Amino acid sequence: MSVLRPLDRLPGLNTATILLVGTEDALLQQLADSMLKEDCTSELKVHLARSLPLPCSVNRPRIDLIVFVVNLHSKHSLQSVEESLCHLDAAFFLGKVAFLATGAGRDSHCSIHRNTVVKLAHTYRSPLLFCDLEIEDFRAAMAQRLVRLLQICAGHVPGVSALNLLSLLRGSENPSLEDL
Amino acid sequence: MDSYDAPELTPRQDASSRLKDFFIGATPLQKRLESVRKQTSFIPTPPRRKIPQGSQLQEDVDPQKFAVLLHKQWTLYSLTPLYKFSYTDFKEYSKLLTAFIAAEKKKGLAVEVGDDFNIKVIFSTLMGVKGTERDPEAFLVQILSKSQLPSEHKEGKVLWTGWFCCVFGDSLLETVSEDFTCLPLFLANGAETNTAIIGTWFQKTFDCYFRPLAISSFNLSWMAAMWTACKMDHYMATTEFLWSVPCSPHSLDISYAIHPEDAKALWDNVHKTPGEVTQEEVDLFMDCLYSHFHRHFKIHLSATRLVRVSTSVASAHTDGKIKILCPKYLIGVLAYLTELAVFQIE
Repeated sequence: MSVLRPLDRLPGLNTATILLVGTEDALLQQLADSMLKEDCTSELKVHLARSLPLPCSVNRPRIDLIVFVVNLHSKHSLQSVEESLCHLDAAFFLGKVAFLATGAGRDSHCSIHRNTVVKLAHTYRSPLLFCDLEIEDFRAAMAQRLVRLLQICAGHVPGVSALNLLSLLRGSENPSLEDL
Repeated sequence: MDSYDAPELTPRQDASSRLKDFFIGATPLQKRLESVRKQTSFIPTPPRRKIPQGSQLQEDVDPQKFAVLLHKQWTLYSLTPLYKFSYTDFKEYSKLLTAFIAAEKKKGLAVEVGDDFNIKVIFSTLMGVKGTERDPEAFLVQILSKSQLPSEHKEGKVLWTGWFCCVFGDSLLETVSEDFTCLPLFLANGAETNTAIIGTWFQKTFDCYFRPLAISSFNLSWMAAMWTACKMDHYMATTEFLWSVPCSPHSLDISYAIHPEDAKALWDNVHKTPGEVTQEEVDLFMDCLYSHFHRHFKIHLSATRLVRVSTSVASAHTDGKIKILCPKYLIGVLAYLTELAVFQIE
């Protein structure tokens, strides 16, 4: 079964790998390029995928962080992400998964309501980030943030672990979500 | 950006802010799981809207008056409440507005109120275009061209029409004080220059603000579902959808036409709760159309943008253009548009 597990491989020396999953190929490529441009003490590896499960035949390093990119303009991207989520081991959701919603800026193009994605992230207990990946400055800022997140998830930042970070991020979320 | 601070994320289940109830997109299963986890008695508030009923026109209204509202393409604007607007001063407003338009047209020359112009502005009330008793009366503004010959007394040609209305605008009416008249929806038909001039006059006189109302794909799919759900005796037009595929250099347009009775049959299969429409039903209705299209053409319509919806009840375009075809469901269509306008104002 090609379920992705967080700890089934040994970590590489000073390497941090991120997997970006989403149907919007151009946006993912641009985000990957922005991330690779960032200065980082660890060696970064960015993998892109349209959906899970990933093909078994490829020899890939241990994945430290998975980011699901949902485009609010396209219901298809949300459906594809929802289907991919089934192919992840539950242990991944302890801080190694994040959701990224793009396209919220152009409200007239949105076919998914923002709350749908908020609910999805809340159900999977993972952080939700909003960023308009089409705008370069926002993309660069988000790339910086993701690199930092990735370093923590790979264990390269002393004193903070992925689970630590998850509880920190959840504390700053809107407390009203707990009522919903 | 205002879209991030939407009022629907209020912590308390406030009965008066119904808007938020319409936009929560979680499945009932997720909500039930959540309530079980927290062991709280959680009253679910799934999003639902009433299907427009046909009999909301008041009995004493002349249906002929609505002829001016139907079968015309209207551009939508949202309007903030008008300050110190009075329904009795229509003659005054007509004179002032006529003078203003003439002045704008002949910029730079002095114009006196009461002069003879070749255009005439008429304000009139539209009786019956409202949802509840609390809604303010709708009114209509028309620019007519006056004929130059004094012997001819017949009405000139209508150059521009615009009307203001409020249908079920309770959430806005509650927040506003006595001096304000709430008519959040403005519809205009005619030359853009005239719309701009009239808009400027209203903004200066009543301290309000116009904003073009765009309809998102999300709302268009709701409209498609609600209008397909309306019971009609005979269908005047096919149900048609138009999608825009973003690709370079020119975007592709995909048009999908369905026989209206087939669309109604599909809706009847999807529809479970009587009298109301829920988010799940809308999603299922649209998903059926998408999967049918995908099976035949291998194109994922859900990855494209819905741009236009056209049914026998009304037709709407994402740029904020609407054409109402059926007088029976006029109030229902306006109710949804008012809700969108109020949401944009808040």
